[in-house]
Amino acid sequence: MRFSYSDEQAMLLESVDRFGAQHFPPAERHRLIQQGRPGEEAAWAAMADLGWLLLPISEDCGGLGGGIAELMALGEGFGRHLVPGPYVASCVLAPALLAHGGEAMHGLIGELGAGSAIAAAALLEPDGGYDLNYVATSAKGSGDSWTLTGAKCHVEDGGDADWFIVPARSSGLAASDRDGITLFLVAADTPGLTVERFRAIDGHRHARLTLDGAAAQRFGPVDLALPLIEAAVARATCAQLAEAVGSMEAVSDITLEYLRTREQFGRPIGSFQVLQHRMVDMRIACEEARAMLCHIAIASAQGEAAFQRAVSAAKVRIGECGIYVGQQAVQLHGGVGFSDELIVSHHLKRQMMLSNAHGSIDHHRMRFAV
Amino acid sequence: MHFTLDPADIAFREEVRDFFATGIPLEWRTRVRAGLRLNPEELVAYQKRLAAKGWGAPTWPAEYGGTGWSPIQQYIFWTEAAEADAPAQFHQGLELIGPIIFTYGSPEQKARYLPRIINADDWWCQGYSEPNAGSDLASLRTRAVRDGDHYVLNGQKAWTSYGHVASHCFVLARTSDEVKRQQGISLLLLDMNTPGITIRPVATMDEKHHTNEMFLDDVRVPVDALVGEEGRGWEYGKVLLDRERMVTASVAVFLIQTVKAIRDAATRRTIGGVPLIDKPGFRAKLAQYEIEVIALQTMVLRVMADASAGVDSGPLGSMIKLRWSQLSQAGTALWVGALGPEAAHFSPLDQGSSLPLDMPYAMQGALYARVTSIYGGSSEIQHNIIAQRALGLKG
Repeated sequence: MRFSYSDEQAMLLESVDRFGAQHFPPAERHRLIQQGRPGEEAAWAAMADLGWLLLPISEDCGGLGGGIAELMALGEGFGRHLVPGPYVASCVLAPALLAHGGEAMHGLIGELGAGSAIAAAALLEPDGGYDLNYVATSAKGSGDSWTLTGAKCHVEDGGDADWFIVPARSSGLAASDRDGITLFLVAADTPGLTVERFRAIDGHRHARLTLDGAAAQRFGPVDLALPLIEAAVARATCAQLAEAVGSMEAVSDITLEYLRTREQFGRPIGSFQVLQHRMVDMRIACEEARAMLCHIAIASAQGEAAFQRAVSAAKVRIGECGIYVGQQAVQLHGGVGFSDELIVSHHLKRQMMLSNAHGSIDHHRMRFAV
Repeated sequence: MHFTLDPADIAFREEVRDFFATGIPLEWRTRVRAGLRLNPEELVAYQKRLAAKGWGAPTWPAEYGGTGWSPIQQYIFWTEAAEADAPAQFHQGLELIGPIIFTYGSPEQKARYLPRIINADDWWCQGYSEPNAGSDLASLRTRAVRDGDHYVLNGQKAWTSYGHVASHCFVLARTSDEVKRQQGISLLLLDMNTPGITIRPVATMDEKHHTNEMFLDDVRVPVDALVGEEGRGWEYGKVLLDRERMVTASVAVFLIQTVKAIRDAATRRTIGGVPLIDKPGFRAKLAQYEIEVIALQTMVLRVMADASAGVDSGPLGSMIKLRWSQLSQAGTALWVGALGPEAAHFSPLDQGSSLPLDMPYAMQGALYARVTSIYGGSSEIQHNIIAQRALGLKG
């Protein structure tokens, strides 16, 4: 049993770390994220060249077939430098769902892996909380001819998507029935689809969809898509959890350095015991969070149910630890921690958003409790 | 990353599981789950059973009678013990003085004491703390004065846990006055039957007798009771710091017993016909607790895997001690909460009054848990250790 990355995975993390430092040093990152998608495109092209966009895609679909550990190494590196972009949505989650559409989807998956198209999954509905089984959006039609009507209140990283993957109810009475959900693919410019776009506080861009008889292409098993969605979301969540761990360790390092160098009352503030103890608590939170990544990796060898339960447990603890570390980092930096100029506050903002991505802490705590 | 057990470890787990399938009396369960120590005679019986199997000293090297297990095997052993509601082994002989004896002791001391620790023939207690030397242990004042082929000890020790049942005591005493307070302290091994030793019980908030104060009045011990060299006893304590992660790691694994206790209690109790365990508010609290236990256990597993791979885990041992004490407090409190109003029924006042299930141990465990963040280096001292040693922050 080993609790560190393999040599290859460690090299991957190292190159993502270098990439982040090169493309998104804090001042440059600040400038770039204000440009929206255009500010990310150079880095996106570089990531495509490095093969990273293909890494999570299965070999059957022409990808590199990276596993959980590779996803974590990538995510951790992204988190250290708060690398922006719809990586998890378009390169992890979307291809995993599209893979169930067989060869018909290989073309689009290839475009996602090459970085020439962006896709996002529209999973949440008004009144559905974070429940993936809550699907009131209705699908009407048969064979190759389907239309969708309904609303998706939040599409994670869907702000720049060319394609939306939309689960809709093809049968079943209640909106929360686990059976009766089918996957559809909808182009962003389809008539009958209204896309509202939003910037989040961490620079990520999301969407809200309204579907009014929008034409859609069905893929995957009819009525039985929910387990596939849950599995794909759990896997994508692993990358985000690793991102949170990378971010909290980075901001904790930055804070430790600040405690050593910032002087008040004629001495380094890190000489004050009350701040030392707070710093220790931040480090413990980082260790707990990292342990939860290991817990997922262990559980991933014990079947899908154990894996998903571990992901929910990790969502709770990593979410809590990340927000704690982010908040304390701001606090220990004092006034400059509150400023937008330092990267410190950006880590807190990303932690806040990550803790809600694909299910809040409360949602996952109850999912774990079942 | 490689996270699965080797086939040899899986076979070992089966062997351990078989061992624990029997021989763990049901009447131990509630106390064990409450983190309370069993009675000395029960612990001795348990230790003797392990020793008969050759498993008396899971963390010791084979040359001293230990199992020679890898850290991962130790982790497996503790996990299976915890799953079976077996107790943690009594640690003062096995984990505190045993390793010092096999590292620094004379050949005679090793031959004389080590087998008797493994077989629970001797019971060791620790004579370190004093009324004015708690977290600041180096300020201890008990003296050992050389007189021919004896040392004569005088002083007062505090928090001498299990001194009332112990056959032996390892004592830190000052043998000379040096500029640096940590120097001039020696480690001596005492037979508790030596004249001049007085043990007085100390009543504690959990109403269980674990601990005592110990008075040493002209206690004469032969010079061969000295461990290692005179004046270097403080250094020998460092071997404990290196092994501390093993001790805290082992007890942290046993938190899964508390999770079971909470779940059982909350399943039994109903409110308005609904089991407490099915109420969303309680479920959320229990889920939160379980998740934090998982985080800690995985930290333990990391320490053990690092140790197996020869990697230094840095401050993880101190972190585990800190979190373990917090979680043993939180867990027992949740358990007491699950018992509801009858958690107030601590002790029957007459023969016909029967205590509710889990009482008084759940309450006693919750009270005892308060000391876990004080003993073995208080949580505040652990914070200092991590800040100074691992983070390089200076006072």
